[in-house]
Amino acid sequence: MTATEILFWFLSILALFSALMVLISKNPVHSVLWLIVVFFAISGHYILLNAQFLTIVNLIVYAGAIMVLFLFVIMLMNLNSNTEPQRNSLIKLAGVIGGCLLLTVMVSAVRSAGEVSNNRALMNEGDIGLIQNLGKILFTQYVVPFELSSVLFLSAMVGAVVIGKKE
Amino acid sequence: MINLLAIDWLLLLEKLILIAIVILASLFIAMYETYAERKIAAFMQDRIGPNRAGPLGILQPLADGMKLFFKEEIIPNSSNKILFVLGPSLAMLTAMMTCAVVPWGGDINLFGRTISLQIADVNIGILYVFAIVSLGIYGVMIGGWSSNNKYSLLAALRGASQVISYELAMGLSLIALLMMSGSLSLKTIVAQQMQTHWNVLYQPLGFLIFFVCALAECNRTPFDLSEAENELNMGYHQEYSSMKLGFYLFAEYVNMFISSAIMATLFFGGYDIPFFNESAHTDWGNWLALLGIACFMLKIAIFIFLFMWIRWTVPRFRYDQLMNLGWKKLIPLALANMLITGAVILWLKK
Repeated sequence: MTATEILFWFLSILALFSALMVLISKNPVHSVLWLIVVFFAISGHYILLNAQFLTIVNLIVYAGAIMVLFLFVIMLMNLNSNTEPQRNSLIKLAGVIGGCLLLTVMVSAVRSAGEVSNNRALMNEGDIGLIQNLGKILFTQYVVPFELSSVLFLSAMVGAVVIGKKE
Repeated sequence: MINLLAIDWLLLLEKLILIAIVILASLFIAMYETYAERKIAAFMQDRIGPNRAGPLGILQPLADGMKLFFKEEIIPNSSNKILFVLGPSLAMLTAMMTCAVVPWGGDINLFGRTISLQIADVNIGILYVFAIVSLGIYGVMIGGWSSNNKYSLLAALRGASQVISYELAMGLSLIALLMMSGSLSLKTIVAQQMQTHWNVLYQPLGFLIFFVCALAECNRTPFDLSEAENELNMGYHQEYSSMKLGFYLFAEYVNMFISSAIMATLFFGGYDIPFFNESAHTDWGNWLALLGIACFMLKIAIFIFLFMWIRWTVPRFRYDQLMNLGWKKLIPLALANMLITGAVILWLKK
């Protein structure tokens, strides 16, 4: 095993373990903190793929901004264990089945996609994740989807302001 | 079989030594920042300040540290024990992590090896600093929440919203700088400033916005709302005692040191010696690098003094004033600065 492989297994196990802990934890604040660990592990995977820009943006946006807002909301809610509504077992079963079906669809979609089926991930090489190459491709080849998604963000922001202003 | 021999062990050793030196140096400087703060406060208020421990009170930080270590440690019964300990540890960790990308000086030659005085020259240096700064708020939030105290929680929430708000203006003010430099690596930015002029000459408004945001990110007066003692008793660390409290207070001083270093690097030429052409004196070797480090430290010291000067001069903002300044004044100003810079760059290229 090389150092990269050791890191890969360590990060994978960390990601899976903390993702499980997000679901298992009784306390919602603990769930949020475990979710932050998941983001860190995934960012570690990005570093192994030599995509430093994605790593840092993942940390800034998800761990640094979105999860802080999550913590905000959860800390302000006065959550007691007995106020949590108990769902009946039929709904739980339906949730499990639905989740498994979604997983099957997603895994088969990824496996059958022509672009990934014959390719292996480039470890420690490949420079598409570096900021210069990523920026050039985003602003030339994919400029229309990029701008469209920014309009989408703008509309979400306007929507949030409208909802916030409404009394 | 584990094949770890491919690693350059000497490089690893070199980096480990460098990390140890940088961490010890920042702790030492943070220690004497507390002394400087008390002396400067005393000078501004026409007092003498600490003068009992050692000549001119020079051993006062040691005495303070010993006092914190020997105090009784109280963990509140109703607190969340693990998170209560995690809070100050995270605050200290994130404060120390930023120094990894700061270029402390030029290259030096030791035992036939060229040693770069930067722990990691990553090509996303500035973004790394941003990521760590945005993670720094978790120490405050976790500490405030796990104390199970209303004042602590309110102060932590205030602190978090303040940091999030001012991060935006900080990032926008830096985009103008990045448009000029075309690189995110701090070392490249310093090298560019050594060849031409300091960035503060091209980006005075950007620097001003960045400085105000740095004050806010370090929770320094006039932005120290998360520890406003007259409204919130003591702020997010009300339930903390002993060295855990010390870690929170100490992290603030480490943050101050690192953000001064970042400002000196980005806008004031880093380890560039003012009015001096380094490339003409490469035969000085290590002495040139040491002189550069001395200049860098001097620049940092001036910034730290500025932080303290402001603290003992300006009163604290009200919360709505703080939010108004951040969202309605600094962000539009930073956007305007960005547009002007872009227009000028386009005009010059034509």
